[in-house]
Amino acid sequence: MSAENSTGYIKHHLQNLQACSTEDGWAFNSVENPTLCSGSRLDAINVDTMGFSIVLGAIFLWIFRRAAKKATTGVPGKFQCFIELVIDFVDTNVKDTFHGKNKLIAPLGLTIFAWVYLMNLMDLIPVDWIPGLAHLMGVPYLKIVPSTDVNITFAMSISVFILILFYSIKVKGITGFTKELTLNPFNHWAAIPLNLVLEGAALLAKPISLSLRLFGNMYAGELIFILIALMGYMQLPLHFGWALLHLLVIFLQAFIFMMLTVVYLSLAHEDH
Amino acid sequence: MDFNATLIGQTIAMIVFVWFTMKYIWPLLDAAITERQEKIAEGLAAADRSQHDLELAQKKAAETMREAKEKAAELLEQAKKRHAEIVDSAKDDARAEAEKIIAGANAEIEQEVHRAREELRKQVSVLAVAGAEKILQRNIDASAQADILDSLVAEL
Repeated sequence: MSAENSTGYIKHHLQNLQACSTEDGWAFNSVENPTLCSGSRLDAINVDTMGFSIVLGAIFLWIFRRAAKKATTGVPGKFQCFIELVIDFVDTNVKDTFHGKNKLIAPLGLTIFAWVYLMNLMDLIPVDWIPGLAHLMGVPYLKIVPSTDVNITFAMSISVFILILFYSIKVKGITGFTKELTLNPFNHWAAIPLNLVLEGAALLAKPISLSLRLFGNMYAGELIFILIALMGYMQLPLHFGWALLHLLVIFLQAFIFMMLTVVYLSLAHEDH
Repeated sequence: MDFNATLIGQTIAMIVFVWFTMKYIWPLLDAAITERQEKIAEGLAAADRSQHDLELAQKKAAETMREAKEKAAELLEQAKKRHAEIVDSAKDDARAEAEKIIAGANAEIEQEVHRAREELRKQVSVLAVAGAEKILQRNIDASAQADILDSLVAEL
């Protein structure tokens, strides 16, 4: 494959299927005009990210709802055992970290863990299968791994950030939260501006690191899959090795996102 | 790194997913797990309890067995004692009876001897009289010498 072709191939794989409003009404980007909807704007939407993430989220809810409806307190079946294993895994991690009483945190952790895991799992589907199929059906672009889209990782981390702010204010009160931001780490009135900068940066770093970590890992992983796919027959062993390694990354990133969410919310509940 | 309406859409999707999990999934599964944990704990406690009960019952059974053995041994002892007593008393009775029989027989023998002697005495006296009669037939009146004869008889 020539360098130009390779570049085109990679670019094609990293392009979202987007819809946006144009002068002639709503339109999709196309091979002729791939950047039709690009740029940060509110009247554009990544159709593939939305579609895949919602379908995967629905699959998660459907599986777990089915287990929840049939849950027996007697001897559980294998399916229920598996679901309970996941629930117990999340519950143990939440209970180890968060010691208060909060009905939201455990389900939030479970949703984040399972959803991110399923979205990351899409990375293991060979990069050309679904986009190739879509191409035959006339869809120009399709990015099937939703977690390689900054929109979704930021959507999750911003939701978590709002919860952090909400619980900080709820538990510590506005004055308590303000004190925490202004009188830490140097407890002196003259250091208030410096404290504000330091604590503000630390606070803002939470959602940004949360989302960029997931996005960066998944984007890089996807990119390496695409690069491997360019290598002809050599791709077979390489793809296998990278997929094996990625299996770990997929789980780890989902777990880290969940754990950090729980840790941040637990910090928000702690009164100094 | 383009941000667009997807960000808002995903936020809404996430809120809905978390709400659904919190409302319809987590409580049910958590309740089922908690309840099963309680059941298992109860079952284990019951098993412990019955183990304890079994030990108690075994102890009690051993105790009862020991008591029964003791009682049996006691009864056997009593029976032996009673047996010896019966045998002893039977021996005594038999001895007494035998003595009685012997005494009876002795008395009878005595009587018989007495009677025989009496008979013999009479016969001897008769014989003596007869002899004396024969001797004295020639001259002596038997009746005149009767007192002498009687004293002779008495000496026999």
